[in-house]
Amino acid sequence: MYLSTIGLRRVGPRAGAAVGPTVLALGAVSLVTDVSSEMVTAVLPLYLVLTLQMGPVVYGVMDGMYTGATALLRVAGGYVADRTRRRKGVAGAGYGVSAVAKLGLVAAGASVPAIGAVIVADRLGKGLRTAPRDAMITAATPEARLGRAFGVHRAMDSAGAFAGPLVALGLLTLMGAATARTFDALFTTSFCIACAGVLLLFLTVREKPAEASASPPSRAAVSGRAAVGLLRLPAVRRLTCAAFLLGLSTVGDGFVYLILMRGQGVTAAWFPILAVGTNLAYLVLAAPFGMLADRIGRLPVVLGGYAALFVVYLLLSNPLGGTGWTVLALVLYGGYYAATDGVLMALTGPAVPEAMRTTGLALVQSGQALAYLLSSVGFGAAWSVWGASTAMQGAAVVVVVAVTATALLLSGNRTRPEAEVR
Amino acid sequence: MKRAVVAVVGTVVLTVVAVFSVVSAVRDGRAVGDARLSLARGPGLVALSSSAESRGRAVSVSGGRHALTGLTCERLYAANGTGLCLRLAKGFTTYQLVVLDSALREKRTIPLVGIPNRARVSPSGRMVAWTVFVTGDSYNGGRFSTRVGILDTWTQALVPTLEDWAISVGGVRRRVPDANFWGVTFTRDDRRFYATMSTGGHRYLVEGDLAARTIRTLHDNVECPSLSPDGKRVAFKSAVGGDPSRGWRLSVLDLATMRATPLAETRSVDDQAAWLDDRTVAYAIARGRGNSDVWTVPADGTGTPKLLLHDAYSPSPLR
Repeated sequence: MYLSTIGLRRVGPRAGAAVGPTVLALGAVSLVTDVSSEMVTAVLPLYLVLTLQMGPVVYGVMDGMYTGATALLRVAGGYVADRTRRRKGVAGAGYGVSAVAKLGLVAAGASVPAIGAVIVADRLGKGLRTAPRDAMITAATPEARLGRAFGVHRAMDSAGAFAGPLVALGLLTLMGAATARTFDALFTTSFCIACAGVLLLFLTVREKPAEASASPPSRAAVSGRAAVGLLRLPAVRRLTCAAFLLGLSTVGDGFVYLILMRGQGVTAAWFPILAVGTNLAYLVLAAPFGMLADRIGRLPVVLGGYAALFVVYLLLSNPLGGTGWTVLALVLYGGYYAATDGVLMALTGPAVPEAMRTTGLALVQSGQALAYLLSSVGFGAAWSVWGASTAMQGAAVVVVVAVTATALLLSGNRTRPEAEVR
Repeated sequence: MKRAVVAVVGTVVLTVVAVFSVVSAVRDGRAVGDARLSLARGPGLVALSSSAESRGRAVSVSGGRHALTGLTCERLYAANGTGLCLRLAKGFTTYQLVVLDSALREKRTIPLVGIPNRARVSPSGRMVAWTVFVTGDSYNGGRFSTRVGILDTWTQALVPTLEDWAISVGGVRRRVPDANFWGVTFTRDDRRFYATMSTGGHRYLVEGDLAARTIRTLHDNVECPSLSPDGKRVAFKSAVGGDPSRGWRLSVLDLATMRATPLAETRSVDDQAAWLDDRTVAYAIARGRGNSDVWTVPADGTGTPKLLLHDAYSPSPLR
């Protein structure tokens, strides 16, 4: 990792304002891939309900297959990437699986189990590629600029997610109908865009030569025991605990938008706008917050993000009607994503020994995802027992506890990973 | 050099494949046929075409003659001269519902948030109800919910959702935040309705009171109820073994005795049935992808299913 910083330092202080070519290339891959996947996600309900004439419950069954399918595979994929030293290969496999899944939608026809399997495959692909990609970003960036690198990457990623649904609606309008034929064309187009993403990955992203040439770690350094041993490293353990705690304090977009809509007088017609507004704030703020994290420290920015989430929950627990409050809540909610998602990875990367970095990143991501699964179920239960307002106040209290615990856990976490391993 | 060749060839191939698939879909022929449709009371029925050339076009059926008409909907129902058409608004960005009179004049248009799924008109033609899917954000697993709307076409009073009504489950008043409603069917007096409410993994038959704004559960594992013209029975679908992934069986529930009789249709039916008369129900059965046929079966569990309309869905008698 320190070898990789040398090459970039040569560029000079001014050019340092830009991020490395690997990060930009990975950002472009994510952008293209997100256009492909979000154009399908945006119209999938339309396809299932209108063209295949599926009822509400079948849709629910499909939807349930999304969640929980990816957590374990994430860590396994991370481990394989570390063990074989082929992060790009594993990430490429993840992108490839998701691309093929788009054609799978055409092949699955009207069969519910087949469509379910295709959706699971798509999610597995996403789970597989995230950690190796973040490990490549970490490896390609000097530690001092990690926040900026992740910020720029996440901004490009969400720009793709923003454009995807627009592309899909444009295509449907162009074809002038919503039939099985036009959906096939849409899925095929999405497959082609996803393939372009895979092509882009293999043609433009170069894994750091430093990693391969400079004394590759022995196989023993990347073993099952080393993977378990990761959790014995105080830094990794603290980060995973913190990610789990922070995950516990998120209740999920579905609930946030639902309460915004009901409590703050947003009419139903504006419902889709809520997600768009949040994504827009995320897109705009991701890079600046990443740079801020490099300047003032990553931990304060992550904690600040959760402070924004705390304010969102407080706003949601008081029915303050009016557009102004709604916009404020959305900006803060997008800001929370911008300040936490990439910055948490920038915080984690350097703390994990280089040889096991992908596994470590996957561990932290899985901890957060698992906790989110628990908290969203718990929040639903709290809502039924105490009502939305009290449940939101409860969630705000959980944020305060999680942020305090995270601050205590991580404030001393400045040790170099190499020093800790040996 | 090799990289550049791969990049150029790859991009060209992918672009050609994508453009070809879109262009060939655009070229799909459009069917002709513009027969006049009347939703006035009569012996016939109306349904929507599921064929690729005329998808969503209303087909009028009377005395064995079928005619493709100019009306296009995703879901259509009519009763006593009032039509309810759920359709895509211009630009594929939103849906809308249109209340039609018997001569297809548009009486009221309301934008819909979500994807339309069920439509019903009360026997008098006064009340209309619809169900839409509302999907959340795709990140974080994308929760979905269904929402029911009801419109009184006489007073123009709109019920945008049932979620804030007083709900009792098994006779006990409860707060039900995860409640999803779908598949409304009205009583003859326009004061009550039946519908499906899902909560905690159960799918209940519920009875709603429009004046009191109350909902109470009547029976478990009942979906998409459809009240018979005599108001005594409800045709419904129920998940086989309570498990929706195993498909649905069509049955009729006697509201006085709460006894269910499975009908002779043994294939999976994912539709809200329509009563053609007090003895027969009609429903769509999916065939392949995007196509379906309308079948009928006697409402007392006897007989065998009969094909009523090839390549059609959303049947509605013109009573």
